[in-house]
Amino acid sequence: MTMALLEVQDLTKEFVVERSLLGAQRATLRAVHNVSFKMAPGETLGIVGESGCGKTTLGRLILRLLDPTGGSIRFDGQDITHLSLRQMRGLRQDIQVVFQDPYSSLNPRLTVRAIIGEPLSNFGFSTAEITRRVGEVMEVVGLQPDTMDRNPHAFSGGQRQRIGIARALALRPKLIVCDEAVSALDVSIQAQILNLLADIQQEFGLTLLFISHNLGVIRHVSHRIAVMYLGEIVELATERDLFENPLHPYTRALISAVPEADIHERTERVPLDGEIPSPVNPPPGCPFHTRCPIARPRCGSDLPDYREWSPRRMVRCHFPGEALPTFAETATERALP
Amino acid sequence: MSVREPLLQVDGLTVEFATLRHRLKVLEDVSLTVHPGEIVGLVGESGSGKSVTAMSVMGLLPDIAGVASGSIGFDGTELTGLSRKAMREMRGRDMAMIFQEPMTSLNPVHTVSFQIGEVLVEHFGASPAQAHAKAVELMAAVGIPDAARRALDYPHQLSGGMRQRVMIAMAMACQPKLLLADEPTTALDVTIQAQILDLMRSLRDQFNMAILMITHDLGVIAQMAERVVVMYAGQVVEEGTAAQIFDRPAHPYTRLLIRSIPSARHKSARLDAIPGSTPSAHAFPQGCRFHPRCPEAVDRCRTETQALHGLPEGRSSRCWRSLEALQDTVAAS
Repeated sequence: MTMALLEVQDLTKEFVVERSLLGAQRATLRAVHNVSFKMAPGETLGIVGESGCGKTTLGRLILRLLDPTGGSIRFDGQDITHLSLRQMRGLRQDIQVVFQDPYSSLNPRLTVRAIIGEPLSNFGFSTAEITRRVGEVMEVVGLQPDTMDRNPHAFSGGQRQRIGIARALALRPKLIVCDEAVSALDVSIQAQILNLLADIQQEFGLTLLFISHNLGVIRHVSHRIAVMYLGEIVELATERDLFENPLHPYTRALISAVPEADIHERTERVPLDGEIPSPVNPPPGCPFHTRCPIARPRCGSDLPDYREWSPRRMVRCHFPGEALPTFAETATERALP
Repeated sequence: MSVREPLLQVDGLTVEFATLRHRLKVLEDVSLTVHPGEIVGLVGESGSGKSVTAMSVMGLLPDIAGVASGSIGFDGTELTGLSRKAMREMRGRDMAMIFQEPMTSLNPVHTVSFQIGEVLVEHFGASPAQAHAKAVELMAAVGIPDAARRALDYPHQLSGGMRQRVMIAMAMACQPKLLLADEPTTALDVTIQAQILDLMRSLRDQFNMAILMITHDLGVIAQMAERVVVMYAGQVVEEGTAAQIFDRPAHPYTRLLIRSIPSARHKSARLDAIPGSTPSAHAFPQGCRFHPRCPEAVDRCRTETQALHGLPEGRSSRCWRSLEALQDTVAAS
């Protein structure tokens, strides 16, 4: 790998949660735990997982909207883990974000010119230069530059997400964090935005950290994918390896649970009982052992190492790649009373 | 197609919303049938009218809305024009509905046991103790572990997946003939979604309960439905068996919609996006409502109103070129 644009090492974030009104009992919620990965320039890394897995917190840590409890973040050769807000200002040019909801993330009282131009005016661009650059990025994302003096409500959901992307692009960043950037859109519009992101990545050599719960979307956009569960990366592999030959039982259960829009792909589901445990009291040992169909006693006591399985392939499991039961095999014992 | 009587028959349903300045036709000429024990998928994007269709069947349209024409037949009874009281009777006993966000349909100040049992007290004259016992039984049947203890929980103490199970237990309490499920798994994680879909399928098998599954997710439809109704801009654009709809879609909208979904089973280089965006009821296009976004549109599509019409093998479509398109796919295969 060439020099990494982003390098995250043992990144951890804990939140203190008040358990009583008086704050007497305090507990910690472990949102992100010992997460490590590198991203090459021009790469798309997908982060996938279910609610509460820590994927959004991870994105916010990298954006430095949250301060990590432990570990380090290096961006473009510089350690940015403990930069102050003032020191981060310069980096805001290089790291941008696109949020999920194109309705609540755009200020309804501003014109599109002001919304897209805001980061530019923060960095002291002249009014003429701002108008020129706003028109330019609007064209890149497929919006008519002559609509820049309208308010967001004049635009459809898909067009608003284009505005959000134009705003992220305005400063010509190196890295864009996309947090569920297409999740609120109808599928026909989602496809437009995914195609647009692919085009601008090619055109500008952008690096994308793409956070989503949707495995189809993640597979489509990503070169490599990290699967998160209860704050940990349980598996990280290329898109092809992860989907064609998943090693971690959670990855396999997750992929098998996706309902495919194809009646010939009736899923052979890996049975997965129960629900995600609370991150306030994560189970000891492997965080997945409470739901894992192949868990052994060891899994309940020892946390597996995050180890290199093969070049560029990481997994955190004592028994990676082991055969799993399918739903059909266990269906008899699941019949309802 | 069998000759058995449909359980639900919606015919030419047109629903208008009266706003200060306009009368908006949000549904126009919607027809669909659900047979006993059948799972029918009603699919469409936002603004297509799928939820308004479900609300019309349930008699839960907001006050500003009204059925302008058409009929809704359910189990031999005409529902349009039924009194509120008669409609409430029907809802408690013969049909039930579950929603996307169970938290908004559960009462936060009552235990889940009370809420599941309420319908039994209300419609079947059960005593509170009988209702509680039945509630615990239903909770166990929908896969809630430790049901006796969880029965005394309040909704906020349960996870999203458990709340949806409680909603299903409530719906099952009266053993309805028809369950309307409006985006029942959209707010859930994918592994929990799979559990809930399995549960719905097994309840259908056990009780021969029909399900009208309303969702934007074609994946859920492909895995669940036997027949599919596709809606766009307040109209049904296509109807057929799941095999017909997914393998040989007759309407260009259905065809493009299926192709625009990124698959988790294989990597797609580029998605076939549908240009433009879905129209709102304020401005449904003239002619075929899909023509501004349709790559195959010609002059006739822009000017001529299209009607849903029958095609071979019992399916139907609102595109006048569907017959031609289907013959082409047969010729090509």
